[in-house]
Amino acid sequence: MTDQVTTIAPPAPAGGPSARSAVLRSEIRLYGRDISNVLLSIVFPPLLLVILGLVPSFREVNPDLDGLRVIDLYVPVVVLISLITAALLIFPPILTSYRELGILRRMSTTPVRPSTLLFTQMWLNGVMALVSAALCLFVGWLAFDVALPRQVFGYVLALLLAGAASLAIGALVAAVAKAARHATGIGVAVYFPALFCTGLWIPVRSMPEALGDVVEFTPFGAAANALGQAAAGDWPDWRFLVVLAAWAVVTSAAAIRWFRWE
Amino acid sequence: MTTTRIPRTTRGPVIEVSELHKAYGGRTVVDDVSFTVEEGEVFGILGPNGAGKTTTVECIEGLRVPDSGRIRVAGLDPVADQTEVTHVLGVQLQESALQAKLTVREALELYSSFYTRPLDWRPLAERLGLTAKLTTRFGKLSGGQKQRLFIALALIGSPRVVVLDELTTGLDPRARRDTWSLIEDVRDSGVAVLLVTHFMEEAQRLCNRIALIDKGKISALDTPAGLIGKSSTSTVISFTPSQPIDQEILAALPGLATIERQDARITLRGTEETVNAVISLLAQAHILTHQFRVTDATLDDAFLDLTEAS
Repeated sequence: MTDQVTTIAPPAPAGGPSARSAVLRSEIRLYGRDISNVLLSIVFPPLLLVILGLVPSFREVNPDLDGLRVIDLYVPVVVLISLITAALLIFPPILTSYRELGILRRMSTTPVRPSTLLFTQMWLNGVMALVSAALCLFVGWLAFDVALPRQVFGYVLALLLAGAASLAIGALVAAVAKAARHATGIGVAVYFPALFCTGLWIPVRSMPEALGDVVEFTPFGAAANALGQAAAGDWPDWRFLVVLAAWAVVTSAAAIRWFRWE
Repeated sequence: MTTTRIPRTTRGPVIEVSELHKAYGGRTVVDDVSFTVEEGEVFGILGPNGAGKTTTVECIEGLRVPDSGRIRVAGLDPVADQTEVTHVLGVQLQESALQAKLTVREALELYSSFYTRPLDWRPLAERLGLTAKLTTRFGKLSGGQKQRLFIALALIGSPRVVVLDELTTGLDPRARRDTWSLIEDVRDSGVAVLLVTHFMEEAQRLCNRIALIDKGKISALDTPAGLIGKSSTSTVISFTPSQPIDQEILAALPGLATIERQDARITLRGTEETVNAVISLLAQAHILTHQFRVTDATLDDAFLDLTEAS
């Protein structure tokens, strides 16, 4: 029988490394338990590429596309779809539900700051998006003989900036949405214009000039162009990278400004 | 099992609230509230919905910043020293949930990783009757099981004081009584409890002292026995006697506060003692009654009585 020693706990660093990794482990587990998350983030983008690749004419060299095939142009598009699906469809409702359920408030009464949970979710969705993007590149290469990006560093840089901009937009959606179902609604409302900008329906390079100019100033249009250039072996235009970085910074600031913890 | 209390390094109350004020958009919600919670006691904050109970405890928890007044938790300021306060104050929030797919065991492990000196969650789960539910997901727990898990999470950082806000609201009577004995266990383990409730019976059973709070102000602060002594209208007895009863005879009844007559019907407000005295009076005088009713005064009645008395 030991005496229970009751002392005032010394001030400990808030959210120490062990607490942060415990939060990460827990969030990874919860993410995996929601099968719709996994299907949407990891299975849907490569599957879309496979479906597009099954159209015979998409696998034929098209003289209007400088000797490329339609499927070659679709690989950067599905890579971007991986990012925006995670960032706009999966990430915002999770954050909003954590606020709605009082999980963030409950956490703010512990030594761990609730922002730990937000950043963990952001990292987790970012990593899932990149895994899915890599899977799209791999499937394109394996199934349809689409060349892997030739300018690897430029490609990775554009991909990371696009991922940051997408997650920042997702965080802004979570910040302004009052409830998880609103976050889903707003996320979907942003998702379809975003899909359009990636060039899912008309490749950005084939868009009418006026439309193309506008689309190039959206993060997804800029990212589509930058990824296209890097895939072809060129360093992406700085203006596309600047557009992506600007979107990431401005929307992050807006999300931080408007995010409510309760 | 014996527990030896080690003398604390700090003396005095574990929670001090003085002259707390809080308003939302010009509407005063907490108006000059002061009280202290001593080591090892169960202190109740009792009042109707919207009385300012939750706002008061949210200021103590550091979730809200007071407009004015002073709050200390183990000598610390909940706003300025928020992280330090989280190590000494365990919290159960009024409307809060966990991720639906998190299991009980995962929740216990996760929350214990937040603290530098957590309790071992296994005996804690055992004590709260959660051992059989460790692999159950939060979303599948019953209301009572969720509340037991919240008590466990409030205790897991081995705090000196826990705040339990409307812990038993929404529970069935059986689960409510089970929860009460758990709170008594918590108190017996030496942790002070700040209990927010709107159930008179709950406060009466569990609390060493109770602050009655209404419209943002403390209308009475005393031990349960003290409050019952102050409130003379805890029981309402009404009946229509078969023959008239003299006013003097009624007035002499013990514990009696008021007599009302409406036609032949008599309504007495008093205590348990009054009930027994009325019954023996009627029996001795061979008076029959029609529609003899004994009811407990509602919380509102007690409030009205206590505010009138003050």
